Amino acid sequence: MAHAEKASDMIEKEELSFFQGVKDCIPTLLGYISIGLAAGMIGVASGLSVLEIGLMSLLVYAGAAQFIMSGMFAVSSPATAIIFTTFIVNLRHFLMCATLAPHFSRYSAWRNIGIGALVTDESFGVAAGRIFNGKPINDHWMNGLNVTAYVTWIASCVTGALLSKWISDPEKFGLDFALTAMFVALLVLQLGSVKASKLKHYLTLITLMIVAMYLFSFFLSTDIAVILSTVIVATIGVVTDR
Amino acid sequence: MSVQLSVLLVIIGCSIVTMIPRIAPFLIVRNITLPEPVMKWLSFIPICILTALVAGSVIENEPASFFPDINRQVLAALLPTLLIALWTKSLLATVISGIIIMALLRNFL
Repeated sequence: MAHAEKASDMIEKEELSFFQGVKDCIPTLLGYISIGLAAGMIGVASGLSVLEIGLMSLLVYAGAAQFIMSGMFAVSSPATAIIFTTFIVNLRHFLMCATLAPHFSRYSAWRNIGIGALVTDESFGVAAGRIFNGKPINDHWMNGLNVTAYVTWIASCVTGALLSKWISDPEKFGLDFALTAMFVALLVLQLGSVKASKLKHYLTLITLMIVAMYLFSFFLSTDIAVILSTVIVATIGVVTDR
Repeated sequence: MSVQLSVLLVIIGCSIVTMIPRIAPFLIVRNITLPEPVMKWLSFIPICILTALVAGSVIENEPASFFPDINRQVLAALLPTLLIALWTKSLLATVISGIIIMALLRNFL
């Protein structure tokens, strides 16, 4: 009886099932695979074991941070320095999660923890795109998106670590650029859904962001520049919006 | 295939400091209702942060020089990738083209 009810419930929400989330994750998988392979290879080059690389992907689950951690392990940086740097590099997720969180407040705390723990730049981009387009969003869909990315990431990092004996220069294949290309596409897709009357406002904000990033890069690391520029320009966005 | 204790402890530390900024907003927002201006502010975050991530891949903070460096190779790959994104409006097509463009740039230029 309970099973039958659950089944009919799932048919009703077909549009937003776990599997729809899996499907919506597919276009981003190439980014995870290519960066994951590179992260695994660089981990080995930095003297980490395959198991350590696997644990890093499982527990930290953050592309840029894993590259930086590997680099710092390689030069035997102190533990506190590695942990603090990782914190700064991943702090941008606070802004992303704050953007997504209001759309999940109807679910339990544990469900929210499960969703939040697996938010990445890419899953944020896909979810924010949906929200931006006024489409509905729910926990099953988000979990489908998140879990697909998570499993793919761990598998790619471990595969990269295992392959590193044979392939030493992943950059040669242009794979690292997958991430930037993906951000460009996510940006264009979001702008495509902006009303014509608002487009000029958004293009102004994008220009301001580029200027802010350049200016902050004079004296700040890229990671802090990302956070500060976003906070400032989003505020300008609110003030200048009409 | 082994795990050094010191490495494991750093990984666990990094895990904690990564998970806090990801999870905290979800727990905070469950308990308070955000005012309208904050929601409006949050609506600008996606476009701003995606621009920042793209810009961050081009702008390099070089401690050696006063001016931030522009990575010309990334910039050269970025422009055709942007055109392809505008033209195809497809995530997958853009990513695949971007990788091919970058591979061509690195191997033949």
